[in-house]
Amino acid sequence: MRWAVIVFPGSNCDDDAVAAITRATGDEVVKVWHQERDLRPYDAIVLPGGFSYGDYLRCGAIARFSPVMAAVRAEAEAGKLVLGICNGFQILTEAGLLPGALVRNHHLQFRCEMAELVVENDRSPFTSLYRRGERVRIPIAHGEGRYIADEAVLDELARAGRIAFTYAADVNGSARRIAGVLNERGNVLGLMPHPERAVAAWMGSEDGLRMFAAIHRAVEEGVHVG
Amino acid sequence: MAEPTAEQIREEKLYREMGLTDDEYARIVDRLGRLPNFVETGLFSVLWSEHCSYKSSKVHLRRFPTEGPQVLQGPGENAGVVDIGDGIGIAFKMESHNHPSAVEPYQGAATGVGGILRDIFTMGARPIAFLNSLRFGPLDDPHTRYLFANVVAGIGGYGNCVGIPDVGGEAVFDPSYRYNPLVNAMCVGVVRADRIVRGRAAGPGNPVFIVGNRTGRDGIHGATFASAEDPHAKERSAVQVGDPFMGKLLMEACLELMATGAVVGVQDMGAAGLTSSSAEMASRAGGGIELYLDDVPVREAGMTPYEIMLSESQERMLVVLEQGREQVAFDIFAKWGLQVANIGRVTDDGLLRLWFQGQVVAEVPVAALVDEAPVYERPLAPPATPLGAGVALPAEDQLDLAAGLLRLLAHPSVADKRWIYRQYDTSVRASTYVGPGGDAAVVLVPGTARAVALVTDGNGRYTALNPRRGGAIAVAEAARNLACTGAKPLAITDCLNFGNPEKPEVMWQFAEAVAGMSEACRVLDTPVVSGNVSFYNESHGQDIFPTPIVGAVGVVEDLRHVTPNAFQHAGSAIVLLGAPDTALDGSLFWQLAAGRPAGDAPRLHLDAERALCDLLLQLIRRGLIRAAHDVSEGGFAVALAEMCIGQGIGAAVSLGRSGAESPLARAGWLFSEAQGRVIVEMAPADVAAVIAAAEAAGVPAQAVGTTGGAWLEIGDVSGAWLRLPVAQLADVYRRALPDWMGEVQA
Repeated sequence: MRWAVIVFPGSNCDDDAVAAITRATGDEVVKVWHQERDLRPYDAIVLPGGFSYGDYLRCGAIARFSPVMAAVRAEAEAGKLVLGICNGFQILTEAGLLPGALVRNHHLQFRCEMAELVVENDRSPFTSLYRRGERVRIPIAHGEGRYIADEAVLDELARAGRIAFTYAADVNGSARRIAGVLNERGNVLGLMPHPERAVAAWMGSEDGLRMFAAIHRAVEEGVHVG
Repeated sequence: MAEPTAEQIREEKLYREMGLTDDEYARIVDRLGRLPNFVETGLFSVLWSEHCSYKSSKVHLRRFPTEGPQVLQGPGENAGVVDIGDGIGIAFKMESHNHPSAVEPYQGAATGVGGILRDIFTMGARPIAFLNSLRFGPLDDPHTRYLFANVVAGIGGYGNCVGIPDVGGEAVFDPSYRYNPLVNAMCVGVVRADRIVRGRAAGPGNPVFIVGNRTGRDGIHGATFASAEDPHAKERSAVQVGDPFMGKLLMEACLELMATGAVVGVQDMGAAGLTSSSAEMASRAGGGIELYLDDVPVREAGMTPYEIMLSESQERMLVVLEQGREQVAFDIFAKWGLQVANIGRVTDDGLLRLWFQGQVVAEVPVAALVDEAPVYERPLAPPATPLGAGVALPAEDQLDLAAGLLRLLAHPSVADKRWIYRQYDTSVRASTYVGPGGDAAVVLVPGTARAVALVTDGNGRYTALNPRRGGAIAVAEAARNLACTGAKPLAITDCLNFGNPEKPEVMWQFAEAVAGMSEACRVLDTPVVSGNVSFYNESHGQDIFPTPIVGAVGVVEDLRHVTPNAFQHAGSAIVLLGAPDTALDGSLFWQLAAGRPAGDAPRLHLDAERALCDLLLQLIRRGLIRAAHDVSEGGFAVALAEMCIGQGIGAAVSLGRSGAESPLARAGWLFSEAQGRVIVEMAPADVAAVIAAAEAAGVPAQAVGTTGGAWLEIGDVSGAWLRLPVAQLADVYRRALPDWMGEVQA
């Protein structure tokens, strides 16, 4: 299979994502510049972390207008797997591909540290290699990672199993400690923690490997989502 | 507002307001053979400022050893480069941003990070790590807390955005820095040894471009501002504002462009902006340069040549391209959405010539601006009495040893720095093998199986007590920290933070410290490849402690050599390498008891340091060492406590027949900061081999205890001197900074 890692001006985890995907799957990975309008040649799409457009105005608010985002939307609607990590998650919410918003951490500081996550849904194509209730260690590195949404939306996310991960401890004030959410169809995942920084023992965790491996498996096995 | 005429500048001595002395002005007139006009006077005022010309420090800096087989690029370029093998160079440099940070801490720190980042990638090097060395006053002062919080936020604000991990550094809190914080930023990059780019405006006819931000009226006279007393009296408008997004785009675009080979030279517009970048590039190439100032993209209409030349607007680069290959650059800059303008060309007449509205508005020899800046041998005078002389030793009631250890662990200079570094992205690039909290950081290097070890060190208290030894200790401690991590020290950069050089006592401190550093660099084979001097660190008439900071780079040849600094197993043996010492000279313990720095600087023997470093590396390479940590601020007891706290493993330590019966003698054993000592953990079966190797190397070694349990106990044959739960040590150590800073509890 072939992956696309989208590069926006200001993306800075693009190379890390490429390295992690390569390490986890051995698949072909292509860095795709944000001006690209056609993502049909790719089987899975990753929006990496960073500070697209400097996070000026609002995180992800400018990147959502990049030409590539129309293609991301089209491929998501076609059922392809789309993973947004950190700034990628923020862009996906700004683009309306995921509900809710990511705002300033409640303690008002950037926070970079290993975080313990609870796997809330192990049936998605992104999380099928984890077990529900399992605790995994994946680092966070964000200043604006506090997930918020209307109560009704949060209830619906919980009811539909669309909360993929929660934080074991409250690291940023997120509603219901949400760390990652799925779209309604289950083929778009936004995640504040960085699985690409948890792919080797020396990094302090290898738990991120299973996310990329799960995506690979879902694509190779032609799992139909939705 | 009309600009003053050349005659007015002379008659009304207007050059003084621009930072030039009467003598300096006379030299300029003499050199030009005429009166300089307003623009020309401005050019001289910034390039002859202390900040740009090093006029007070130059004669002393010549003492530094700067050469060695490992040096690919020494001082004089945007950064130094050292060879780590496999054809890979490591570019690195450290720079101060003290004055702006005192006035506007967030932007002062942020632009410090941005500036040093650009110095690295202009060498053609891909930046891979930041480190920061910080000094503040005591945290009981609300203004200090404001400065500290905003400096940390500013460093994170820039570094996090550009996606370079912050992997280490130090933070020290002492009354000496109350009104004059120090913010020293170091950046490290990787470059193929055969692809180093130099900041040279070579090849007459080649076009000169400005890339990045537009030029505005911000930061005019920042360089002279950094060369004057009491920045608080100066305007905040002299502090620049950083744009990390633009910094990131410039980095990516310049690296992409330099990889094409179409670039002749690149230079960041740092202090003194377009003036220094153009003059220095021309100077290095031995030629001239002419600029068409009407073509410089500006932020507002009506900017004068003077303002355009002296603006310190951030995120601008000067690029010299090969004639005929301009389109390569245009395409790359367009891709990154960057503005590029052709603003001049390289000439061969040795002049810096400025055109504006069809007229030549300045024409001065490049050599006069750059190479012929004044060099001062300022008077030196040691103080009548050394600073720490005659201070009473700690009194009986100050010698509760357990309380003393806890007090040191809670001191912000010693305590856990996680409150700082968890605000920095330490793991982006996914290459941080050892991040903040280690004796040195270890970062993987793309293109090789080797890694680099990085550290900053420096102790203003030691340098205040004994400038020569304090300077030497900064180098020795940096080298020792690298060796503890399993790295061979290769070279250093430095930031020399001192007070007012016009005071003979300050100049004496500077000369002595540089002499001490030079000696240490020679013995430890770590030449100086880049550096920066920051004078005039004084406020309210008080000079800071003379504070030379060393940034050192070492190579880890095999990742299996990377050695942690905390105990790894229960049941290990603990050995102290290096000569035991009980003198409290220069120790934090004595300072806290006396309320001022006391005694001499701690003991240092450079030859013993070299032997210790070599021994440590030998033992680590033989696989004998489980953990290693050097004895530094706080002494032996603090070092042991830190080794226990890391993994929550206790230790029982006996100093044998110490002979220490009085509390003062025992305090000496526990809290002396004598140099050249390292605590190592090893399997009990390896003790004999370690002691034998130490003997062969001429390094004293003593088995002092075992790891395990939940307590730290230290004593001698007569019994325990102190016994504390590791959980309590950890709590005190970890709570100190969050408690001071009123952390929001998650």
